Amino acid sequence: MTAEFVAAAVVLAASTVALPAKAETVLRVAMTAGDIPDWTGQPDQGFEGYRFVGWSLYDALINWDLSRSDVEAGLTPGLAVKWGIDPANNKRWVFELRKDVKFHDDCKLDADLVVWNIQRLIDDKTPGFNPVQYSRHRSRSINVERAEKIDDGKVAIYTKTPDSFLPYNVSVWYMISKCAMEKANFDNALYAKAPAGTGPYKFDKVVPRERLELTKNADYWNPKRVPKHDRLVLIPMPEATTRAAALLAGQVDFIEAPSPDTIPRLKSSGMRVITLPYPHNWHYQLNFVEPPFNDVRVRRAANHALNRAEMVEMLGGIAQEGYATYPPNAKLYGNPVKYEYDPAKATALLKEAGCHPCAITFAISTSGSGQMQPLPMNELVKAQLEAVGFKVKLDVMDWNTLLDVSFKGREKYPQYNGINISRATQDPPNGLLRFVMKQQWSPNGGNWGWYENQEIEDIVAEAMRTFDDEIRDILMTKVHEIASREAIMLFVTHDLNPRALSPRVHGFVQAQSWFQDLTPITIVEGGK
Amino acid sequence: MTSSCWHAEFKKLMWAYAGRRIIYAVPIAIGVTVICFGLVFLAPGDPMVNLLPPDASPADAAYLRKLYGFDQPVPVQYAKWLLRAVTGDLGTSLQTGRPVISEVGRALSNTIVISLGAVLLAFSLAFVLGTLAGYYAGRPADRALTAVSVVGVSVPNYWLGMVLIIVFSVELGVLPATGMGSAGSDTFSLFNWEQAKYAILPVITLSMVPLGIIMRNTRAAIAEVLANDFVQTLRAKGLPETMVIRHAVRNAFPQVLAVMGLQFGYLVGGSILIETIFTWPGTGFLLSKAILTRDIPVLQGAILVLAMCFVATNLAVDLLQTAIDPRIRRA
Repeated sequence: MTAEFVAAAVVLAASTVALPAKAETVLRVAMTAGDIPDWTGQPDQGFEGYRFVGWSLYDALINWDLSRSDVEAGLTPGLAVKWGIDPANNKRWVFELRKDVKFHDDCKLDADLVVWNIQRLIDDKTPGFNPVQYSRHRSRSINVERAEKIDDGKVAIYTKTPDSFLPYNVSVWYMISKCAMEKANFDNALYAKAPAGTGPYKFDKVVPRERLELTKNADYWNPKRVPKHDRLVLIPMPEATTRAAALLAGQVDFIEAPSPDTIPRLKSSGMRVITLPYPHNWHYQLNFVEPPFNDVRVRRAANHALNRAEMVEMLGGIAQEGYATYPPNAKLYGNPVKYEYDPAKATALLKEAGCHPCAITFAISTSGSGQMQPLPMNELVKAQLEAVGFKVKLDVMDWNTLLDVSFKGREKYPQYNGINISRATQDPPNGLLRFVMKQQWSPNGGNWGWYENQEIEDIVAEAMRTFDDEIRDILMTKVHEIASREAIMLFVTHDLNPRALSPRVHGFVQAQSWFQDLTPITIVEGGK
Repeated sequence: MTSSCWHAEFKKLMWAYAGRRIIYAVPIAIGVTVICFGLVFLAPGDPMVNLLPPDASPADAAYLRKLYGFDQPVPVQYAKWLLRAVTGDLGTSLQTGRPVISEVGRALSNTIVISLGAVLLAFSLAFVLGTLAGYYAGRPADRALTAVSVVGVSVPNYWLGMVLIIVFSVELGVLPATGMGSAGSDTFSLFNWEQAKYAILPVITLSMVPLGIIMRNTRAAIAEVLANDFVQTLRAKGLPETMVIRHAVRNAFPQVLAVMGLQFGYLVGGSILIETIFTWPGTGFLLSKAILTRDIPVLQGAILVLAMCFVATNLAVDLLQTAIDPRIRRA
């Protein structure tokens, strides 16, 4: 009896040792943001907010397919399984909703909830209207007139003018739980304590300005995107050297945008540094009213003056040479004019335009979202331009001041011949059209320097009414080629989106997008 | 005069002095509110551009400006802000929507953790080393110790912070590089090693400048006191050197205390560079974010609270000096 008891005890003890409780797997991400992006719906902190908080907690009616590295990310069904323009009304889009989707608080996705989510960002009389998120989302919602329930499973969105690009704007329009908002009495501060989306992660806790912790949503509607780790910790860490040190010290597993000088050290310590083209453009928007950039010869001269290979070398290879608004991997790239490095041609063009030496002033920032390494990069551009006959003055300011210059436009700031603000080129309205359309002249839009071209206006008007994606893409490609021919910018480079991963991190697929999917990541202790 | 009479007289004088200093602090506080309110409006940029997409219309900007009251004249905004501020309401952050008082309170408590540590480290080391340097003034020991203070003042502390991270976090792996630990500042305690270790590198980095400054001041004060005639008298009376130093320290302390108070005030103001390097969510980190995004309510609230802390610290130092040194009281 005693022997049996001892044997049983040994077996029990052995089984306890053999089957330890499975430790929680945690993915810790160091973001470049200086604060935790708003987690109550439409995030702030630029696209980084959407990348880490938006797509983790929430879904839109249309999502982005971030599952592949080899092609540019495109739209994919999200909370809507199908969408299309009403054949009888080219200002009415119809969305068919996914069935049986529940929010993290068990609230059910239905047409009423979707309509409320649309209205709360366009109509200040809708309960839960949030003025800050309304403002933040304005460029996406400005052409949306209203939303309407068709039946429990269908919703219509009406636009003010025919808008074939609406799906891009819907793709960043997150659906939040109306039940959670009602429970919070439509008080955003209270909702922030228990937010609920339909995304692959659930809110767990937050320490303001320090960390946001999310946990796996095992019941996520898309089984392919159920996270392969238990917890996601998002930490704002704006200083690049600190991010690299935190990764090397094992405090985080995944860092955004390591600076070029830290990359060799990270690699030699076994970290995986990954880069991939994505829709980013580091350029100068030009002033088309004041001389000298109102002359296309001067714009072309500036583009021929740049030795972009030297720029890429200076950046340690984390960028690719930029010759057009879109990077070459973009589907709308087409066959733009390639302004090869040709200093002799640049000087000749300046002389032909009667601007030699050609004095110009650029407004630049010391840092900022997507600005890469603005000071050394601008210094190099200045040196290269001056080598062909430009006389360049760089007016250095902080990011907010430069945004103000960009926002108010060339009319308010005629002393600048160009501004250096990098942009996301993820979708045609934001990536291309806002730089070339008269409707977008500052301060009403993103066409800072008041570029105007009737040929482009006609093509864009046609594209807005073209609901066949393939035909519309052909039209957009044409616009891109014209914009390049006209040298509407001083094209410099496209970022390669570097990030560094600890050896513990496996399975990450970097998408050609500003957004990324963290759900496939597995954490392997002592992983190589 | 009996002992109890002396104590009563002392208390009376102290209260009178404290009352006078507190009354002096009121116009300083009002001046601070005017300056901190006005300064943020002088900077270029627009708080609305951080809230709006790049292609938002002027109408959207005007809508937000009105919503936050920025469309009103600055004196009207100031009056409204001041009325709210005296009730403890510093407004709401434009960026986060959270009350400024809670944002600043949290950041201030985090900064106090490291500034208190830095203060204790710097003050104790600087006082001992400065006293030794003053005692051996002009001799090799003085030169060696003075070199330490020069290093403390001269080495850029953001550089030192990075070096410490590289050595102790990356290479040796004995101390964490950034942050306040896995639970953040919510449950941070200096009495729990797992959390306290996050404060060590920021504390060392932060202590270097005050260490150098206080050490130099202590050295000068001790050397000056030791050159006085009464020290000769003490020595002539055969007092041991340890007692002589004790007298010198007592005489030099009020002067050094004033410098310490100033340094503590500076530290509580937070260091933008150090807190950014260590991702320490204190007042410096908060201010840098608020400056970059033109979060005016946070800037105004943080500057006001920090200025008040500075005024309060100086007041406390003045009172302490008065308690220690009767000559000041009589003056």
